[in-house]
Amino acid sequence: MVIVRALMGLALFLVVPPFLPEWITFLLTLAWAKALAVLGVVLLLRGGLLTFGHALYYAVGAYTAGFAVKFLGVHEGLVVLVLAVVTGATTSALLGLLLARYRGVHFGLLNLAFSMVLYAILLKFYAVTGGTDGLRLPTPLLAGIKPPPQSLRLTIYYVTVVLTALLLYVAHRFTASPLGYTLRAVRDNEVRVEYMGASVRQAIYCSYIVAGVLASVGGVLAGFSVGHIVPEVSFWTQSGEFVFVALLGGTGSVVAPIAGSIVFEFVRNYAFKYSPYTWQMTLGIVLLIIIFFLPGGLWSLTGLARRWGFATRRWTR
Amino acid sequence: MGLRDATMDPVSAVLETVSLTKFFGMVRAAEDLSLRFQEGELVGIVGPNGSGKTTLLNVITGYVKPDRGRIRYQGRDITGLPPRAVADLGIARSFQMPQLYLSLTVLENLVLALAIRAGRAREFWAPLARVDRLDDARRILEQFGLEEHASHDAGQLPEGARKLLDVALSFARRPRILLMDEPTSGVSARDKSTVMDTLVPVLKGTGVTTIFVEHDMEVVQRYAERVLAFDEGKVVAAGSPDAVLADPAVRRALLGRA
Repeated sequence: MVIVRALMGLALFLVVPPFLPEWITFLLTLAWAKALAVLGVVLLLRGGLLTFGHALYYAVGAYTAGFAVKFLGVHEGLVVLVLAVVTGATTSALLGLLLARYRGVHFGLLNLAFSMVLYAILLKFYAVTGGTDGLRLPTPLLAGIKPPPQSLRLTIYYVTVVLTALLLYVAHRFTASPLGYTLRAVRDNEVRVEYMGASVRQAIYCSYIVAGVLASVGGVLAGFSVGHIVPEVSFWTQSGEFVFVALLGGTGSVVAPIAGSIVFEFVRNYAFKYSPYTWQMTLGIVLLIIIFFLPGGLWSLTGLARRWGFATRRWTR
Repeated sequence: MGLRDATMDPVSAVLETVSLTKFFGMVRAAEDLSLRFQEGELVGIVGPNGSGKTTLLNVITGYVKPDRGRIRYQGRDITGLPPRAVADLGIARSFQMPQLYLSLTVLENLVLALAIRAGRAREFWAPLARVDRLDDARRILEQFGLEEHASHDAGQLPEGARKLLDVALSFARRPRILLMDEPTSGVSARDKSTVMDTLVPVLKGTGVTTIFVEHDMEVVQRYAERVLAFDEGKVVAAGSPDAVLADPAVRRALLGRA
């Protein structure tokens, strides 16, 4: 059912790319990596929490990779990923202590503020962070093996897709779990959640950490894919992009961020190619169209398909 | 219990308030209230608007802190505990305005309640929709006559069904004490008895101590075993429904005439 369909979709992304031009593979890699950060935004949105600073964790992941290479001499990609999970979880666990108390505008803007603090740090501490020059991320080893240059692009693509797919599965389990439902219940009615004996703050705190880790891993994958990281990964426009893509894809499923992210990367790429001076306007128009005609995001297209009799809702009959 | 007279024995009261006092500015919501509730009884609370009926429920469940006085539950002082802790001890409440998860289905509302009751709210890997949990939830929906709504979003329910689901969610916690805030308000006159005829047998069947606040005299007279009449934060009459509702002081307070 859901899993089978997801695996069929995944198979498509595994089989086709070797036959695609390299730049498309690159865009797809970036889209899948960023989709993890978008997924974090989407999970929080399911709890009614809109963050304008999720690039913070994306940057934490990217710079974890940068520092691991620069200061620790770690070139093993898998080790870097584990480190990014640790730094992402630590940062979100720390900031979450404060942020889980806030809702609405305050939650959104406090996240923004923290992400901009990190941006300023990354920008100013030149000796450590490389400032505006950023840090170079050389080709990582994978389980001790250096991918050959001619298949480098594709190798990174596959690692990104497989890892993202695994984390999508984790997020899928999360959304179907008691905690995932408690988070939705928090959006609907906090008073009732407390009266039922569950802790609203705990539900938000745990979800915030999950969202942070997802973005952090996304940051590592995107960093290795580009090969270079700059402080802009923590800039507010990057956070805005994640929210944009979250709305574009919709919050109805954990797969929606992938759809949103891929569409976004390609629309931006073509918009930039055909109208380099007005590409932001093109994106704006695309978002307006989505908001007007598909308020549930691209994902609501599947709802239309359902109405036409292609599938049924799972366990609520 | 045994041979002892329950009304005389301080230990046998399952819930007790001692000199409970709560003022909101000049409004006396509770003034020196000392009440005792026995295991398994069905108590109705009546009173005009602003007489402190809902405040009593809010104070007992820890939503509002009393200015003075204590609340004892099963001999234990629970004054000042937050709603979550009070819920965990076995006191549940329903609301005058139904408090539901409107974007979840009726079944999901209930299954989540069962998962939280089982202490599983923090589980993030096992699915919420376990077979045994779904079975339990469907059984409760049947008891409350809501099975036909199982797959509807709670936001789409008619008012009567909303009220029932609101009580069902609290009932799913299998509380020792259930506090209901106007279970029939906002429901059409015809549906009031449907709601109560559904609720009362279920509640009596489990032996849960039920305290309900109610505006409708007829409902109280028909369903309560004991009635407390409130006015300005004080009990002005207590006893059997017929006796209390015939009391001139009560009639004056409630209807504005003797």
